Amino acid sequence: MSIPPPMGLIAELTHRCPLQCAYCSNPLQMDAPKSELSTADWLRVLDEAAAIGVLQVHFSGGEPMARRDLPQLVGHANKAGLYTNIITSGVLLTDEAMATLLDAGIDHIQLSFQDSTAEGGDRIGGYRGGHAKKLEAARRIREAGLPLTANFVIHRQNIERVEDMIALGETLGAERMEIAHTQYYGWALLNRNALLPSRDQLDFVNGVVDAARRRLQGRIAIDYVVPDYYAARPKACMGGWGNRFINISPSGKALPCHAAETLPGFTFASVRDWTLAEIWTGSDAFARFRGTDWMPETCRSCDRREIDWGGCRCQALAIAGDAALTDPACYRSPDHHLMDEAIAAAADHSALDLVPRRLQQAAHD
Amino acid sequence: MADGSSVPAFRRGVKFRFDTVRGAWVLLAPEKLFMPDEIAVEILKLVDGARTIDAIVEDLAARFDAPRDEIAADVVAALEDLSTRGAVAL
Repeated sequence: MSIPPPMGLIAELTHRCPLQCAYCSNPLQMDAPKSELSTADWLRVLDEAAAIGVLQVHFSGGEPMARRDLPQLVGHANKAGLYTNIITSGVLLTDEAMATLLDAGIDHIQLSFQDSTAEGGDRIGGYRGGHAKKLEAARRIREAGLPLTANFVIHRQNIERVEDMIALGETLGAERMEIAHTQYYGWALLNRNALLPSRDQLDFVNGVVDAARRRLQGRIAIDYVVPDYYAARPKACMGGWGNRFINISPSGKALPCHAAETLPGFTFASVRDWTLAEIWTGSDAFARFRGTDWMPETCRSCDRREIDWGGCRCQALAIAGDAALTDPACYRSPDHHLMDEAIAAAADHSALDLVPRRLQQAAHD
Repeated sequence: MADGSSVPAFRRGVKFRFDTVRGAWVLLAPEKLFMPDEIAVEILKLVDGARTIDAIVEDLAARFDAPRDEIAADVVAALEDLSTRGAVAL
């Protein structure tokens, strides 16, 4: 069977970040700054990505703008024909930084927001003045003539302001919005009981998004997905394992998804030792859950097996205890009841205390 | 709704280019990627922010052996779909 080329490269340049969002998707055990790939390593990886058919590169993190060489990497990717996207908190996007990225040929910036208000946003981000800087960043992106995606991460502590978030996105001139339910991996899984919304909250936000989509149709596209815990079917995580994406960690490990390092029994090849072509077509890690051969009977007998791809391996591990099982988000999974139990546990949990994401603490564990 | 006088244009941040690895045209957009089919490729090659939908239909009707109404329906359907998905402005 020939393996189709990957579509996207997710370049996690660093785990450093000025913010401390307690739902960060980074692993609890983060890569230390001194382990990060060099500029030369990244330039080579970008060339290799373009050569094997990657079309888009998503510079992510941590905060990708914490890397001083980001404009150089964007410029190099652009010259290699890759569509360049930065996924950023925006707090480092000064006038000067914007001008440099524009010169480098940046195609798109996704700006994250923690809330519609400075009070709520700065509390979640653990960064005083952060929200105001994001508003400035949005203005700079629009003034530069770039398209803007405003990403609002929602959870039980801010979900009642979702209408205000959509209104803010409109005011900022966003072309796209993502109303993104927290994905419960990494730090978010640790803090799940204080973040997971109730059924009533979910019904409320579903209604708000439906109405906004109708009102804004053809002007602003809103991406919205019901969180796995309330879903009847799993999401096609990463568009299928080893099917569309390669994620490179700050220290150079090539991962089929950003949370894959939580999976036991894997050795992830480093781009320091192997080319992307070798990793994509020849590594055990990318082959392990690729396609449908690995699937349990529940998935193999399902006519959606090449739509959902069995859902998320990391969630199967985190909730059901085995990465090779059907994602418990699926109603056909024998473990589906565990999702309802997690909802009930969160509902019983009245404390809203969060463990903030911290690089240092995690590095010392 | 689009009509014949609408002038379709790629929205900001959208690139339509030929990918030599796949030997296929691709439409690259913010956080999205489309692999247009053969008909959509011929339509998108004529999207330049200046031609009207009528002009695109005329061009295609002169080159392809299909009834003009059928071509017009295909063009409007393809562009409205991409408009809904945020890649094209009408």
